[in-house]
Amino acid sequence: MDFQQTIQQLINGLGLGSIYALIALGYTMVYGVLRFINFAHSDVLMLGAFSALYIAPKVEKVLGPQSVTGAILVIVFSAAVCACLGMLIEFLAYRPLRNRPKLTVLITAIGVSLFIEFTCQNDAIFGSATRAFPKLLPEQQFHLGKIVLGSNDIIVPVVTALLLVGMWFIVQKTRIGTAMRAVSFNQQAASLMGVPVNRIISFTFGLGSALAAVAGILYSMKAPGIEPLMGVQPGLRAFIAAVVGGIGNLPGAVLGGLLIGVLETFAGGIPGLSNYRDAIAFGILILILLFKPAGLLGRATIEKV
Amino acid sequence: MPDPLPPVEKPAPVAAGFSLLTGAKRWLVVGIALALLASYFSGTFNRYYLGIGIDVGIAIILAVSLNLINGHTGQFSLGHAGFMAVGGYFAAWLSLQMGVNAKVMFPLSLLAGGLFAAVVGLVVGVPSLRLRGDYLAIVTLGFGEIIRVIAQNTEAVGAASGLKGIPKFTNLGWTFGLAAVTIYAITALVNSTYGRGFLAVHDDEIAAESSGIGTTRYKVTAFVTGAFFAGIAGGLYAHHKQFLAPTGFDWLKSVEIVVMVILGGMGRTVGVIAAAILLTVMPELLRDFAEYRMIVYALLIIFLMLVRPGGLFSINFKRRSAA
Amino acid sequence: MKLRHFAIPAFAVCLALGLSNCKKGGGDTIKVGEFASLTGKEATFGMSSHEGTLLAIEEVNATGGVLGKKVELLTEDDQSKPGEPANAVNKLISKDSVVAILGEVASSRSLEAAPICQQSQIPMISPASTNPSVTQAGDYVFRACFTDPFQGAALANFSTGTLKATKVAMLTDVKSDYSKGLAKCFKDKFLANGGTLTTELDYNGGDKDFKAQLTTIKNGNPQAVFVPGYYTDVALIAIQAKQIGLTVPLFGGDGWESSVLLDIGKDDMNGNYFSTHCAADQGTPKMTAFVESYKKRFNGKVPDAMAVLGYDSAMLLADAIKRAGTTEGPKLRDAIAATKDFEGVSGKFSLNADRDAVKALVFIKIEGGKFRYTATVNP
Repeated sequence: MDFQQTIQQLINGLGLGSIYALIALGYTMVYGVLRFINFAHSDVLMLGAFSALYIAPKVEKVLGPQSVTGAILVIVFSAAVCACLGMLIEFLAYRPLRNRPKLTVLITAIGVSLFIEFTCQNDAIFGSATRAFPKLLPEQQFHLGKIVLGSNDIIVPVVTALLLVGMWFIVQKTRIGTAMRAVSFNQQAASLMGVPVNRIISFTFGLGSALAAVAGILYSMKAPGIEPLMGVQPGLRAFIAAVVGGIGNLPGAVLGGLLIGVLETFAGGIPGLSNYRDAIAFGILILILLFKPAGLLGRATIEKV
Repeated sequence: MPDPLPPVEKPAPVAAGFSLLTGAKRWLVVGIALALLASYFSGTFNRYYLGIGIDVGIAIILAVSLNLINGHTGQFSLGHAGFMAVGGYFAAWLSLQMGVNAKVMFPLSLLAGGLFAAVVGLVVGVPSLRLRGDYLAIVTLGFGEIIRVIAQNTEAVGAASGLKGIPKFTNLGWTFGLAAVTIYAITALVNSTYGRGFLAVHDDEIAAESSGIGTTRYKVTAFVTGAFFAGIAGGLYAHHKQFLAPTGFDWLKSVEIVVMVILGGMGRTVGVIAAAILLTVMPELLRDFAEYRMIVYALLIIFLMLVRPGGLFSINFKRRSAA
Repeated sequence: MKLRHFAIPAFAVCLALGLSNCKKGGGDTIKVGEFASLTGKEATFGMSSHEGTLLAIEEVNATGGVLGKKVELLTEDDQSKPGEPANAVNKLISKDSVVAILGEVASSRSLEAAPICQQSQIPMISPASTNPSVTQAGDYVFRACFTDPFQGAALANFSTGTLKATKVAMLTDVKSDYSKGLAKCFKDKFLANGGTLTTELDYNGGDKDFKAQLTTIKNGNPQAVFVPGYYTDVALIAIQAKQIGLTVPLFGGDGWESSVLLDIGKDDMNGNYFSTHCAADQGTPKMTAFVESYKKRFNGKVPDAMAVLGYDSAMLLADAIKRAGTTEGPKLRDAIAATKDFEGVSGKFSLNADRDAVKALVFIKIEGGKFRYTATVNP
């Protein structure tokens, strides 16, 4: 692989990795606050893409096709829809199980995920065939030697970066962010201090789901064929990214996402290795869990007896 | 004159253990006899329903073997389909290699598949079982997927397009006979004195470790045993469907088996068997409503967890205590 | 107490099995089974072939049926998933007692069902599976289309002859028998023609991101890229190829045959080519008539090659039943095997000793967002 190809793969990898980072943030935030892995998160990604599929034509009618404002509106509305859906899922399926063993909630999450996937595959909802995703923005390509930088390759990392800054701001500098951190440290103590735990948890779900929706739309902009199972694979990769980075740790999720995205892309370009991408991703996961279970940036917790 | 001392009774648990064991052996023989009888007449059965019957038997073996790991020992494994795949592929590969002799060697192929799966169980278990709860679930899921990817890339077993043309050696006799053996073996293991260790690990790992029970040893034993029987189930499956595809052994299949164990009430063998039968027969009955069948299945999982996490059959049996 | 209960389920199952002895019915209809991917990843394959088959059965019944009886079509969806064809075909044969099976389009799924049909001695006709191993399952398995050695060779000649591309990259779907088989057939003839493969990479059918592979391919400077995959993936590959500046033409086989290719791929599909069984704008009288009746039956939809083959395979079966004079397995099988000069909508063809159809192939170019017929290659 020559230098230019390496750079091109790096660009591809960062684009993919940014999307994984956005999804991983959702996993990690929910884990931080509720200490369980929300398997249904990958399906919110898919719901975001489908929301955009239905919202985009309506926006286009008003603003005309492929406009920047239009794209932003589509993303904002889809994110809002998914935030509400995320909060609804939490309220119906996870809140009643707040005090049950974690494994019960894990299985419920699997059930919710399967429910969303199978319902959406039904012809009455979305159908299982792949649908064409509308073009939200005009595409431009910039050539630097042999390297081609598409407008998408710029937009995705930039949007991700903006959202990350926004997330960091919310979590570190706002009251609600402080409340989120308090709940993640010790739920009981936080509620004793007057933090409305239920509302904070809902908010976390909403925020995570909104991020997933945006990730779903960005993903569909790169691969404009959407179908109800589209979230499974990126969801799994993002989940691995979250664990690799240290589950519960926000910067870790981003680092993990970028790492997994880049590694996956480089492996994909190497003949013989591209078939093993799934295995490589899981292999990394297992290695991290065995040798550094807290993840790259996480802190090890000591189990009290 | 003082009363003569009443005869000393043997301590109750051991007596119970012994009588169960004798009873169990009896039922094992009965079970195998029934299976062979049914098999003898299976030529006249409708082929479609015969197929479902065999599916049921295989599901029972899978569920009971996973029950040892998830139910009795309390370790959450989400990679059981991987062991099934290993056993199935290996047994099928052996059959295809052996040509004419394959039919006679069928039991040995199954055994070989089971043993290979057990070895894989050891390889997976030893590193993974240091982890708990969620993390163990994820790691086992990861291993299951890695096994699937390896199968998907191994040309010798048909790679991604699958292994086709496997001879049809599985019949009612083998399936239900082996199901009887599995149930007997695992129940006998758990009810033995050694087997109390599994329950101890399930109830409180730290206390068990402090009491001198080698928790890792028990966990690995459960894993390896469960994997062995899953491998045998895989071999039966391969010689029944005559076709193996790697995608048929993904984590969704593992989840299906886990749901059987949960539906049956983790640890209750009878419940798990009933759940396995129910969850295998129901989709076939609902085939006309195929679109809704999976939605109903997903709702069932959610409903179970919300309302009856002890399993659908959690009538109040006295909870087994570890002493 | 536990093990006592084991006997009950065992008994119940045995009893149920004993009681459920089904007899093969006489009845006043001829039952024909069909299994197709009506939903899932290759949904248009199943829907198209099903519609073609349905149209044929309706036409046959409109003219009085076969052997004085109406034909009843029983369809099962295999959801484009492995494992499902076996279930579907088992049900059709054992529970519904069909006399023949029509299906499938995708070779992997036909390969799964073929041994079952063979063992039950129920003739199976695949409308569009091109992998040679399908009919090798046994003498009860037939197909109404050409095979991949023919298609691969035609594509190789197209590449070196028409496209003048002797340096080609190849991107194969490693999850599909069809893709792997066609890739091999192409490679053999292509190398024999003196061509060179600059890069050979794989993907998993269902993947959404191909930029990694495409970047490596682009770096090898090929003159064209051979993509013997299915339409959903091909559309995304075409889009992403343009995104990274890979502008050489892509070409592939009949797995591309679907309107969804254009729905998703849109303008990025222009300038690419694929081979397939027939084209709606081919101009033959039978094709034009078929297009009209298909449009009338299915709300103005234009049939694709899979629909035509679905129609032809069903008509072939009806014709064979008439010739055999019975629906009995062995006699029906012989009648199908003896098919000579059958006038199908996709062309006139005979079944050879391998039970494959000897037929011509057409090339389609994608221009202006539409399929355009360009050439025919005869066997």
